Amino acid sequence: MMILFSYLIFPGFLFSACVGLIAGWIDRKVTARIQWRVGPPWYQNFVDIVKLLGKETVIPRGAAKLTFLFSPFLGLLSAALVATILGVTVRLPLTSFAGDLIVVVYLLIIPAISVIIGASSSRNPLASIGASREMKLVLGYELPFILSIIAVIIKSSGGIQLGSILNHQINFGSNLVSWSGALAFIAAIFCMQAKLCFVPFDMSEAEQEIMAGALIEYSGSALAMFKLTKAILLYTIPLLLVILFWGSNLAPLALIGKYIALLVVVILIKNTNPRLRIDQALRFFWGPVTALAVIAVILAIIGY
Amino acid sequence: MSHKVVIPIGPYHPLQEEPEFFRLYVEGEKVVDIDIVIGYMHRGIEELSEHKHFDQVAFLVERICGICSSSHPYAFVLAAEDILGGEANIVPERALYIRTIIDELQRIHSHLLWLGLAGHFIGYNTVWMWAWKYREPVLDMFEMICGNRNHYGMSKIGGVRRDIRDEDIPILKKALDDLLPAVDMFRGAVMDDPVIKARLVGCGTLTKEQAIDWCTVGPTARASGINIDVRRDEPYGAYDRVDWNVIVEKNGDVFAKTTVRILELYESISIIRQCLNKMPKGEIDADIKDIPPGEGIGRVEAPRGECFHYVKSDGTNRPVRHKIRAPSYMNVASDKVAAVGGTISDAALTLAAVDPCYCCTERLIVLDKATDKKIMDGWDLIKLSQEKTAKLKKP
Repeated sequence: MMILFSYLIFPGFLFSACVGLIAGWIDRKVTARIQWRVGPPWYQNFVDIVKLLGKETVIPRGAAKLTFLFSPFLGLLSAALVATILGVTVRLPLTSFAGDLIVVVYLLIIPAISVIIGASSSRNPLASIGASREMKLVLGYELPFILSIIAVIIKSSGGIQLGSILNHQINFGSNLVSWSGALAFIAAIFCMQAKLCFVPFDMSEAEQEIMAGALIEYSGSALAMFKLTKAILLYTIPLLLVILFWGSNLAPLALIGKYIALLVVVILIKNTNPRLRIDQALRFFWGPVTALAVIAVILAIIGY
Repeated sequence: MSHKVVIPIGPYHPLQEEPEFFRLYVEGEKVVDIDIVIGYMHRGIEELSEHKHFDQVAFLVERICGICSSSHPYAFVLAAEDILGGEANIVPERALYIRTIIDELQRIHSHLLWLGLAGHFIGYNTVWMWAWKYREPVLDMFEMICGNRNHYGMSKIGGVRRDIRDEDIPILKKALDDLLPAVDMFRGAVMDDPVIKARLVGCGTLTKEQAIDWCTVGPTARASGINIDVRRDEPYGAYDRVDWNVIVEKNGDVFAKTTVRILELYESISIIRQCLNKMPKGEIDADIKDIPPGEGIGRVEAPRGECFHYVKSDGTNRPVRHKIRAPSYMNVASDKVAAVGGTISDAALTLAAVDPCYCCTERLIVLDKATDKKIMDGWDLIKLSQEKTAKLKKP
């Protein structure tokens, strides 16, 4: 019963979705202010979701029906699961199980994969281009992301458990304040931007080129599910980065402050850059970002 | 791998604000061929204009395009004045300066509009919003001079309709001074940003030879190293009385097109300043009554390139023939070479980089393929549209 509660309500699906939607509102509001606009009221994202849930879900002719409708679920379920694991870990670091970091890394790829599956099953040429871009992007950012996590693991004396990483930081200070930790953190921030599918790495949804690309055929509640997945990711990925790199003090207020700081970084990157081309993004991730992460790993091994 | 997929851009697509249709043939991300289909916005303006009298036509052609809404009436008025003996011979000096000021203000607002859209197309929405914010004071200047933000209604055969009041001149000068730092900012933000450079340099390159072959005009041609500008080559208005430069770039890519437009903003601001300083006092209208029989042409450098109007008069109060060639008609075609070979992302940008304006460009004629007989022209289309409207009005 407790497990079900923590998965569905707190800190799982419902809670993370609400936080994510509020974070999404902060993003929209700050973006609007940067662009000299007014921006929506705080409940706008909730209203959007409710409205989408009430709309008809159109399935394109010739699409693989089951896959088309199943993939948004897949993404949402895994995103909610990550939110649960992270939320429980933050509250009770000792309850985390061995190897949960690996589970989290795996589960965080699934929303991207669900987008790819859903897009490919929709039989739309624009969606298939979006899917192929998303696939290339995943290949691009996963390598430096995992490398930067390896740097963290080495820093925390080899524990692949979120709880032990947190405990290590509580005892010895945040990973962020070491050389290797700082470099890995920068690399991870770029990966976070790509995982969240924000400018400059939003080419899978590039509105002006391929009209929402991967999501073009989705409507109604299926689209709402993708939006909720995005919202939950907006909550979980910065939270994961806080846990991994900045976990020395996770009292509620400090946690919120750190989370908002990361959110602001995301929003600023988003608003001061144009969209890259997919080949440029791939080159960027496999070049400088991977190099940064490798240096971080080497420094972590030497002990910096 | 030779697996061609057709990617449609249009007729309704967030990339372009007007209906048009580009069929991109792609292999993976690479564009191998492109079909350009226009004709969704045809309104039969030329035909309509032959049913209006000369004073009305200036207002009609103003509505060809909401962005170049000084260039089209100006070109038409020039064509009519060509029949009368040339603009310089009949139009009062002050009116020439006012025409030039309106024409250049229009260029500033059009280039800022394009800059914003270009930012939007590369996903840089901050540039979009900021460019349009700084475009607002330009529209305010228009409102001060002619009472309207977008359709100016200034051109009149033999002069202009409204004077610029002396008490407005300091306000206009101040607005121009305020605009300059904003243009500086865009120059810094767009031309020195490494990410924008990475995105725009080498994208959609149109070589000088291609630009000549495809008859491009305006900033599109000037970005490819062709040194043409109607304002200098065949001066009208007060352009030969002020100092300014034609901006030419060599590379022909989207970055060069952006550079040309940003640098032209400086020239426009300088032209307007000089005009405001030099403008003599006096009449603004030559009070032309009749247009004698004859033919005339008018060429104006619109923000997108050369805008050409041909008018034939038989001595009555309406043109017998009115032919319009808008710049986008030439520029859009050059996408056929510029966009092929790049990726879809680049193609989307390239299509937008000529600053296409479809409603200037549209023309339509329906032919029977077997007999080559005309079965529908502009007038039929208007009738069709009127019938449709009548049908819609019925409850």
